Amino acid sequence: MTNTFSFLFTLLLLSPVISIIIISAMPEKDNTLVWNVALTLSSFIFFLSSVVWLAFSYTNDVSSEFLNDNLFQGTFLLIPLFSQDWDSFLNIKPFIAVDGISILLIELTTFLIPVCFLTSVSAIKSKIKEYVIFFFMIEMLCLYTFTFVDLFLFFVFFESVLIPMFVVVGIWGSRSRKIRAAYQFFLYTLLGSVFMFMGLLYIRATLGTTNYFVLLNIMPIIDEQTQLLLWLSFFCAFAVKVPMIPFHLWLPEAHVEAPTAGSVILAGILLKLGTYGFLRFSVPLFPVSSFFFMPFIFLLCSIGSIYASLTTLRQVDLKKIIAYSSVAHMSVVMVGLFALTPQGIHGSLSLMLGHGIVSSALFLCVGVLYDRYHTRIIKYYGGLMQVMPNFSLFFLFFTLANIGFPGLCNFVGEFLCFLGAFERNALASFLCLMGTLGGVGYSMWLANRLVFGELRGKYISTFTDLSLIEYVMFVPFIFLTLIIGLYPSIITDTADPAIFDLCVKLKVI
Amino acid sequence: MYLLVIFIPLLSALICCFSSRWIGSLRAWQISTTFLGVSFLLSCLIFYEIGLSSTVCTVEIGYWFNVGYFTSPWSFLYDSLTASMLIVVTSVSFLVHCYSGSYMEHDPHLGRFMGYLSLFTFFMLILVTGDNFMQLFLGWEGVGLSSYLLINFWFTRLQANKAAIKAMMVNRIGDISLTLGIALIYVYFKSVKYAVVFSMAKQMQYCDFYFLGYSWNSLDLICIFLLIAAVGKSAQLGLHTWLPDAMEGPTPVSALIHAATMVTAGVFLLVRCSPLYEHSSNDIRFLVVAVGALTAFFAATTGLMQHDLKKVIAYSTCSQLGYMVFACGLSFYSVSMFHLINHAFFKALLFLSAGSVIHSLSDEQDIRQMGGLVRLIPFTYIFIMIGSLSLMGFPFLTGFYSKDLILELAFSTFSPAGHFAFWMGSLAAFFTALYSFRIIYYVFIGPINGNRVVYGNVHDAPTLIAIPLTILGFASIFAGYVGKDLFVGLGTDFWGNSIYCAAANTSTVDAEFLPVYFKLIPVILSFIGVGTAYVFQTQKIFQIKTQWSGAVVLFNFLNRKWLFDRIYNEWVSQKALWFGYVISYKTIDKGVLEYFGPAGLTHLGRNLSKFSTSLQTGLIFSYAFLVLLTVLLILSLTLFYFVELAIIEMTCVAICAFFIFLFVDRYVL
Repeated sequence: MTNTFSFLFTLLLLSPVISIIIISAMPEKDNTLVWNVALTLSSFIFFLSSVVWLAFSYTNDVSSEFLNDNLFQGTFLLIPLFSQDWDSFLNIKPFIAVDGISILLIELTTFLIPVCFLTSVSAIKSKIKEYVIFFFMIEMLCLYTFTFVDLFLFFVFFESVLIPMFVVVGIWGSRSRKIRAAYQFFLYTLLGSVFMFMGLLYIRATLGTTNYFVLLNIMPIIDEQTQLLLWLSFFCAFAVKVPMIPFHLWLPEAHVEAPTAGSVILAGILLKLGTYGFLRFSVPLFPVSSFFFMPFIFLLCSIGSIYASLTTLRQVDLKKIIAYSSVAHMSVVMVGLFALTPQGIHGSLSLMLGHGIVSSALFLCVGVLYDRYHTRIIKYYGGLMQVMPNFSLFFLFFTLANIGFPGLCNFVGEFLCFLGAFERNALASFLCLMGTLGGVGYSMWLANRLVFGELRGKYISTFTDLSLIEYVMFVPFIFLTLIIGLYPSIITDTADPAIFDLCVKLKVI
Repeated sequence: MYLLVIFIPLLSALICCFSSRWIGSLRAWQISTTFLGVSFLLSCLIFYEIGLSSTVCTVEIGYWFNVGYFTSPWSFLYDSLTASMLIVVTSVSFLVHCYSGSYMEHDPHLGRFMGYLSLFTFFMLILVTGDNFMQLFLGWEGVGLSSYLLINFWFTRLQANKAAIKAMMVNRIGDISLTLGIALIYVYFKSVKYAVVFSMAKQMQYCDFYFLGYSWNSLDLICIFLLIAAVGKSAQLGLHTWLPDAMEGPTPVSALIHAATMVTAGVFLLVRCSPLYEHSSNDIRFLVVAVGALTAFFAATTGLMQHDLKKVIAYSTCSQLGYMVFACGLSFYSVSMFHLINHAFFKALLFLSAGSVIHSLSDEQDIRQMGGLVRLIPFTYIFIMIGSLSLMGFPFLTGFYSKDLILELAFSTFSPAGHFAFWMGSLAAFFTALYSFRIIYYVFIGPINGNRVVYGNVHDAPTLIAIPLTILGFASIFAGYVGKDLFVGLGTDFWGNSIYCAAANTSTVDAEFLPVYFKLIPVILSFIGVGTAYVFQTQKIFQIKTQWSGAVVLFNFLNRKWLFDRIYNEWVSQKALWFGYVISYKTIDKGVLEYFGPAGLTHLGRNLSKFSTSLQTGLIFSYAFLVLLTVLLILSLTLFYFVELAIIEMTCVAICAFFIFLFVDRYVL
């Protein structure tokens, strides 16, 4: 069984590379063919990752057979792609290991890529081949980020994702400001990572290895004062990616300038890299420092939640609204994560996925409007319910999911985050909840301005409802939103062993 | 059957929302009304099995949350409380469905409307049947959503949009409080199931929880959170402002959601959590009493000076909810529930007949534009009269049995809280009679003020409107009499374990020994209210209003709803919007963070490069100067051990540094 699993997983890891090669060999002229092949390949990868998920859930029920296999390291399932005695003078070994957390994020990544292609078919008219290649590259690098557990390799892939994203924003962005946005995005993330790199070098110099599993055990060799500094250095890199207040400036800029698919990737996956970093590296490697800095994180997140919600209230750019709301939601994710209780961590993981689904869907909604009318300013829209009922229904649905309506996927994450945080620090939970009050304000106000109200025929005179492609694009999102909201065990059961193990290591249960 | 009663409305909602385009509005109406009728019949059966046969039933169908240590099942609890609520919800909902078929006849979106109504019913049933706080929360938010959709049903109207957002926002405050309450309950009880929480409530009496700088008794804090939630949903003082605005929705919606069912969810929550309130301290219960009594009084006075027919009734709802809340605070949960049930009937009647009036007057809602309708629509007049009398607590009508009982019991607790509630409630009863008859005078008896064209088209209630009115009219007369012994009779065991009342707080018996004089105070006040209304309307009230300055101030104060809206708008909403733009966006995001972040760095980099470029002047003396400067610097390092030289060098370097500073100052900063 594990052999099959390893094979499948290896195939999954290699398939984006294979896809890139196939796409490169395609004729330049035939756009339709490129799109079709890209869609087919990415859907196949999604299918493959779903199979991997199922297989993982199956092996996750640890029975004696699998324990004897020596392939489990804690809750991690090792993939022996490279031989164990890989020789390298830097002592960097390409360990590939997955647990429930990374499997879910891989699933999210592979789910979003075909959707990106779907939404780009009508929007992207130039350099299609390159576009597709860059998206496969993003997918590949994200997959590698989520699977390589060696600290150094993680860092390499974590940073490399920037490059294709930078190009996507810079080339296929919408306005001339896109260059500035791309630079901002690049520099912000790079500056944060410099600190992490220093921390990494220090760890390598002191402990002689960057192997995650070894580090988990020997990290206490470094004294606690230094661990605090190392935690901070990691924090810089991850906090920029999350993004936490006050490192969030790049996010609205990049979102506004990126093409729709770029925004989907940004909101859906790239922000999760930061929280994934916290969850995978900061917290388990430096448990004492994580507890030490818990109030600091709570402070930033409480401010972030309220601040971002209030700022969102006054934005007039559709994408900016959703970008700022992402900042608010990621604050909630961080509160749940740093509550360091099983509920909180579960909540933060669920909200990562929920946010990945819902805000991507909202960006797709904005993309639908932008493709038609080439403006994102709210003031030009109004009363779309009368002319675009299907679109309005979807938009309203995702808005409700965004404000955490019970029974839809964001609620699961948000509620568990608040629950977890409440056990640690009731005030932080309370303040973040106050932020969601603003969240209801901007979400419903946005929905009312866009969907309800009087039809503004003055600016836009022809209306078309969703096309078949767009319809098809939204349906899986609706399905996922509902299924996760009504039966969250579908994701929490996968992640449960990993999170339980983490909590045991943190000695919180 | 137990699950069917909940899911039939959902099915109806799905059919109406998604397929009314193909099956047509009429068919959608027929389907949803039939489905709701079936649901009502089933809930009657449930009432028999659960309520009358004194059993309890739980249906568990799976897990919702099973995360970490937090588990919450999908399970439905049927006890006497739920059974009574089921009757109320499904019956009123059925009648309103029926009524809407005629009231919304000409609306092209009738199908969608029926779908929303059914959706609301579904969520309300989830709310009342949930056997844990999570499901209650689902229903709680769900009815809020349906209320939002229904208020905003005519979504092209700006007022409807505003009212819908307002309802959502204000309710959200209550929802946040409920979330906090559930979180706190989970922290202490490690469960959100009613059965666990209520049976363990006594054990948690002496736990402390540190929150917002104070050490609270945890049970007290839970009760405060739940109370705020109830205040939000039941439109009590402070968070009531959404209810009158919600009257922008179609009238059947007002009858179903904003009178009979959804707004009573808060009271339902208080009754459901009676074990928690009974075990918390006296102060908390006094808080509940104060909130309820003040709301009863405040809303009744505000209702006096409103000119919108529906808004007056909305304030009256608010006031009656105040009665229910303070009854809960005085530990008369069963009486509160009884009033809830009775109120649902007569208030739905009032709203539906008001709808009939509005409908017959071509959607005119301003009572100053009406008058003399008693001869034109006598049928509706009868039912408004019945509803108003019942609302006032006219002896032996439905309202009398619960409202007067609440006041009697409040008096007979012989505590400051009880007496406060009694006097506030009695005054509110006086004002209730006053505004009820003010409406009746304005609409039916007074001189005709309306438009001639409108009056030419006046017609009395059509059959589909008349049937629900008649049924509710009979309920408004007899429901109290029929239900009195069952629900609040002395020593009734109807409620079983669904309501808990601590022995020390039980004082139902005392009311039996009150002198008749005290018992009659509210009734007498009501009659005085009727008389005052007559005097006010027939005498030259207008002159008093305009000539005596105090009256003008008072009138404005009441007409503007005690200025709550103004304070919230100017001091809360606008401040938040201002903060969101001026402080957080312009000053911080685009100001400080940009200055020390991207924009500042770009600026600095550009200026530095400009500076270094400007050093390359191409003039021989500036290069010579630079060379000199560098040589001096190097020399100063090498010759540092000669003290005198070093001093000279340092002076030179200082002078150069000064020049460099000037240079930088000029070109960089």
